[in-house]
Amino acid sequence: MTVLDSPSSAPPPESVGLPVEDADVATPEFERAAERAASRRGFLIALPAYAYLVLFFAIPLVIVMVYSFGTRNRFGDTELANWNLDAYRKLTEPLVRDIFFRSLWLAILTTVICLVIAYPFAYFLATRTPTVRNVMLVFVMIPFWSNFLVRNFAWRVILGTDGPFSRTTQALGLGESRILFTPTAVVLGLVYGFLPFMILPLYAAIERIDLGLVEASRDLYASGWQTFRRVLLPLSMPGVIAGSILVFIPSLGAYVTPEILGGAKTTLMGSYIVTQFLTARNWPVGASLSFTLTVIMLFATILYFRKGGRTL
Amino acid sequence: MSESTAKPKGLTKGLLTANAVFVYLFFYAPIALLVVFSFSDNRNVGTWGGFTLGWYRDFLDNEPIQGAIWVSLKVAFASTVVSVVLGTMAALALERFRFRGQRVFDALLYLPIIIPDVTMAVMMLLFFSQALDLIDTVFGVQYAKGLTTIIVSHIAFCISFVSIVVRARLAGMDERLEEAAMDLYATRWKTFRHITLPLIAPGVAGGALLALTLSLDDVVVTQFVAGPGSTTLPVYVFGLIRRGVTPLINSVSVVMLAASILLVLFSLVLQRRGGGSVTASAE
Repeated sequence: MTVLDSPSSAPPPESVGLPVEDADVATPEFERAAERAASRRGFLIALPAYAYLVLFFAIPLVIVMVYSFGTRNRFGDTELANWNLDAYRKLTEPLVRDIFFRSLWLAILTTVICLVIAYPFAYFLATRTPTVRNVMLVFVMIPFWSNFLVRNFAWRVILGTDGPFSRTTQALGLGESRILFTPTAVVLGLVYGFLPFMILPLYAAIERIDLGLVEASRDLYASGWQTFRRVLLPLSMPGVIAGSILVFIPSLGAYVTPEILGGAKTTLMGSYIVTQFLTARNWPVGASLSFTLTVIMLFATILYFRKGGRTL
Repeated sequence: MSESTAKPKGLTKGLLTANAVFVYLFFYAPIALLVVFSFSDNRNVGTWGGFTLGWYRDFLDNEPIQGAIWVSLKVAFASTVVSVVLGTMAALALERFRFRGQRVFDALLYLPIIIPDVTMAVMMLLFFSQALDLIDTVFGVQYAKGLTTIIVSHIAFCISFVSIVVRARLAGMDERLEEAAMDLYATRWKTFRHITLPLIAPGVAGGALLALTLSLDDVVVTQFVAGPGSTTLPVYVFGLIRRGVTPLINSVSVVMLAASILLVLFSLVLQRRGGGSVTASAE
């Protein structure tokens, strides 16, 4: 992998071409030449990352697409000679369709639950004094940065048959809890994992709103609900959308959480794809599902940018 | 700002406060329980059986885990260094220059962020299976998947995150400072070295910590591109969990948790010093 050590540590090229600082007293041709030099310089600075992403991101994405049109032979190898749509046809079979809709449903559920919990929390946060706010934010950042696998494992311990949760329900006379290895546990784990992704953009959006507008609405006798519906919510929409995308995308492709907290009957898309590659050895089917997933994400994101969102 | 009507009152205030308390309990109760049970002298992971440090001793004696920690640290260090350099350069180019192909580059830089882990993993697996075959046929050298393939993959998804954090910092920085330096006959490199870099340093540090965390957290991509004998800690622990839950995993988890919390606190201190925003990385 020569790309690793090639141009990455090179300093930005020193004064290529013409001295730009004199551009304001220069003739038009001179200015154009300076512009070209600046453009070349910008391109050269971007080049290492650009080349890296083309080689190790864009090309792999194209390879996935090529594989999705391939055929699995009897030995589990993939033949790429005759392109066909068999792998995509397989995705319309009931088994895969069920997995797809189950994943979609759980991802939407996770996003909605996160939104319902995070919105009031973000508003509460935005209306605190700066000192309180900063302390509260730090305690949101800690789970945001903590190891995701470990945080999911914690729920495995809590929800286990002899775990604290089950013993609490037994003590309350509700009987032994059987949440672990159900879709409920998966949604719980996903919400736990991705809630900070919803809180932070929501907080950023609400904090930017001039709360004087909320006061004005209340002064003009709007009820709390009306103020929320007509003033606060529309103004914080970029945060709502950014947070929803940040939660929805990883939930839809989730693999670690369902593997740890879900059961055999709650196979989701992520696990199905991994199985196709590591156990079933049907690479075209795994590739076609991965590629479909990517296209869905792309559309979701483009939609977000169309709606005027800028931060992600 | 005594009586703002934007501040919730009465029932709403009560509900909002209750919700906030709930959120913090939800965040921290599981972590606290995990820590408590890691000291529990009981083979059953969720049952208290008296205090012991035995599971931590097991953790220290466990050679595969120690090996996996080293692999993780090597991978995280290498991919952070490379992605910070590449990501910072990308951010500089996008924020300070107009060049051909800029929009395509901008889009390409966003893609690794929005693509799900699993897809990224599949991409790298297929890429390496083709690339290593190609190297074998062209050069006759047989490379196996291992440390290098893990590092290459981690860099591929870290660059974008670094560049987003650094760009946020660059966008908030006064460009006239750089112009002033150049008016005073500083070369471009000197301007970068003495003006731009010190000013964006908190952003670069934030990006580095984000890259470090992402690399140390990754399970799925690593699992796909790791070879025999090159397992990172999360992949190893993930395998342990799938084979059956033991208290040893409790102690490993607590150590991993402590490491990430230390990293956050460290990053917060850095950001505070640079006057940066704590949420910069999340936006």
